[in-house]
Amino acid sequence: MTNLVASVFANAANENRAALIAYLPAGFPTQNDSFALIDALLKNGVDLIEIGFPYSDPLMDGPIIQAAVQQSLEQGIKAKDVFAAVQHVAQQGGTAVVMSYFNPIFRYGTERFLDELTKSGGAGVITPDLIPDEAHGWLKSASKHNVSNIFLVAPSSTQERVALVSTAATGFIYAASLMGVTGVKSAQIQIVSDLVARIRAHSNLPIAVGLGVNTPEQVSEISKFADGVIVGSAFVKAVLQAPEINSAVAAVGTLAADLAGATRRIS
Amino acid sequence: MTTFDLSGKFGEYGGRFVPEALIHALDQLDNEYKAACADPIFLAELAALNKNYTGRPTPITDATRFSELAGGAQILLKREDLNHTGSHKINNVLGQALLTKRMNKKRVIAETGAGQHGVATATAAALMGLECVVYMGEEDTKRQALNVARMRLLGAEVVPVATGSRTLKDAINEAMRDWVSNVDTTHYLLGTVAGPHPFPTMVRDFHSVIGAEARSQMLENYGYLPTAVAACVGGGSNAIGIFTAFLNDDVKLRGYEAGGDGVETGKHAATLTGGSIGILHGAKSYVLQDDEGQTIESHSISAGLDYPGVGPEHAYLKDLGRVHYEPITDSEAMNALSDLARTEGVLVAIETAHAMAGAIKLGKELGPGSSILINCSGRGDKDVVTAAKWFGMPIGDVIA
Repeated sequence: MTNLVASVFANAANENRAALIAYLPAGFPTQNDSFALIDALLKNGVDLIEIGFPYSDPLMDGPIIQAAVQQSLEQGIKAKDVFAAVQHVAQQGGTAVVMSYFNPIFRYGTERFLDELTKSGGAGVITPDLIPDEAHGWLKSASKHNVSNIFLVAPSSTQERVALVSTAATGFIYAASLMGVTGVKSAQIQIVSDLVARIRAHSNLPIAVGLGVNTPEQVSEISKFADGVIVGSAFVKAVLQAPEINSAVAAVGTLAADLAGATRRIS
Repeated sequence: MTTFDLSGKFGEYGGRFVPEALIHALDQLDNEYKAACADPIFLAELAALNKNYTGRPTPITDATRFSELAGGAQILLKREDLNHTGSHKINNVLGQALLTKRMNKKRVIAETGAGQHGVATATAAALMGLECVVYMGEEDTKRQALNVARMRLLGAEVVPVATGSRTLKDAINEAMRDWVSNVDTTHYLLGTVAGPHPFPTMVRDFHSVIGAEARSQMLENYGYLPTAVAACVGGGSNAIGIFTAFLNDDVKLRGYEAGGDGVETGKHAATLTGGSIGILHGAKSYVLQDDEGQTIESHSISAGLDYPGVGPEHAYLKDLGRVHYEPITDSEAMNALSDLARTEGVLVAIETAHAMAGAIKLGKELGPGSSILINCSGRGDKDVVTAAKWFGMPIGDVIA
C-alpha cells in the first residue's frame, strides 16, 4: 500500500518545490463553512491539510488557534466531525492528516480512532504532546493501519532525541521552527535550518517546518532547505478577521496562493 | 512500599505527555534533582531553610474539643498551617527554588489556584532574588483577592488567565505555554504532584517531610501510630506529603476530594471519585472528562481543590486500594471549618476544611479509642471573606 503522505512530498519534490501544509481546526468557523475553506485551500496550491481535533486544553497553541478551537468546541464539534472533514478533503482529491492532542485519541480508543480515520481516507496523525517514549502502543496500531505517525522535533531536542524521534516517526517529521507556541513569535530561520540538518543526519523522511510561519518570504526561505512548510495561525487569523464566510474563503484562498507560489525553488 | 520506577511511572500512570520541546528541560531538571539529592550541601541548605525560615518542625495539636464532634476519636492536627506563608506549599517551593539557582535560571513561573502556592513561590523568589510570574485564573483572582495582593507585595507579577474556565487548569496551560517559550531562562515551579515526570516524584519528596516528621512525633509524643491519616486532595501534594511515611504501616489512609454541590450533580472536583483515566497537563491519571476526552470544568468552593485532574501517584494508590478517596461537599467542608474554629480556635483554609469534614465522618466510623492524624495543610485568613459570605455574616465596610 502506498503511503499517501509520502506521495504528497514526492510530487512536490518532482516539481522542485516544498509541499505546502495548511492547518485548520475541524468545525471552524462552522462545520459547513470549514468545508468551503478546505476547498479554497486545495484549489490554491495546498498539498496537505491538517485537520485540528479541537481540544479543551491546547497547551501548545497560542491565542489565535485557542480562539478558533474554543469556537469549534462551543458548537459541539466532536470526533465524527473531525472524520467528516478528513473525508471531505479526500473526496476533493486532497490528502489530510489529523492534528490532535493525545487525550481525545486515547479516550476515543486508539484502534477505533485509527479505524475511523482510515475509513475517512485520512493519511496520518500529528500528536504534539505525544513523544515516542510514551507511544509504544500507538506506533504499533498506526503501523497496522498504514497511518503515518508524525512527531515533532524542537530546537531544544538533543541529538539523542532527534535520533529517537527519527526512528519512530513515519510520513514526515515536523520540525518546530522556534521554542514556543503557535502563532505568537516568528520562525527563526537559522535555528530551524540547523535543526533540519541535524534531522537529516538521522532520517530520510521528508521534513516539514512549522510554528511562526506566515509570510511568503518565510516560506521561500524555508523551502530552500525543508521538504514542506506548515502554516496554521495565519489561515486561522484570516478567517477570524473576515466579516463573513465569503470573504474568509477569499482571504484564505489568496493567502494559500501567495504561500504556494513561494514554495518553488529557483534553480 | 516504593510506588515509583525510574521512568516516572506509577503503575500505568504518570509519564511525560508534553511537547518534545520540553523534554530537554525535564531531563535537565531530573538530572539536577538527582544530583542535588546526593549533594550534602544542597540537603543542608534545604534543611536549614526548613528550620530557620519556614519554622519546621510543625507541631501536632491534640484537638480534644473537636474530637467530641468526631465520634470521640482522637483528632490530631499536623500543623502545616503554621509554616511561613501559611500552608504546606512552602516545603516544595524552597526545594525547587534552590534547584532553580543550581540550574542557573533567573526566572520562575508558577500556577496558583487558591493563591497559596503563588504566595509561597513569590516568597521564595524574593528570598533568592529570582524574577517571579504567577499565572492565576481570572475567576480565582477574584475569590482570592487577598493572596493576589500578597503576591504583588512580595514583588511577583500576577497574570490573570481569562481562557477556558478561568481557574487553575487554565493557569497551568498558560504556565506551560510560557515555559515552552522561555525554557532556557525559566524554571516552571509546579506546585503539586501532577504534571510530567519528574514533578510528581520531586514535589512528593519535598513534601514528604510532613509525614516523616509526623510519624516520629507520633511515636515520640504518643508512643503509637494513628489509626488513620487523612488529608484533602486537589492535585494531591499535601496528601502525598503526609501519606508517604505511612504507606508501609498498618494505618488507614484517607483522601478527601472536593465534592462541590455533590458528585451526583456533576458540579464537583472529585476527580478520583467521579473521573476516568485520561491525560491532562503532561501525565496519565484520573481526569474529569467527557466521552470525547474534553476536560470538564470542575466546581468547588475551594479554589485550591478546584481542579479536574489529580496527581498520578494518587491514581495508582487508589487502584491499589492503599488509599481510600471520598468526596466532601462544599457545605460539609464549610460546617467543619466553622466547627474547628469554634472548638479549637484554629481557622483553616477551605481546602483543609475538607479533610476536617472527612475526619468527622471517619471518627464516627472508627469511634473512641481510635486516632486520626489530619494534615492541617493551610490557614484560613485568605478565605475570611468567602466564609463570612457563606455564613451570611456582615463583613462591613472594610472589605466591601
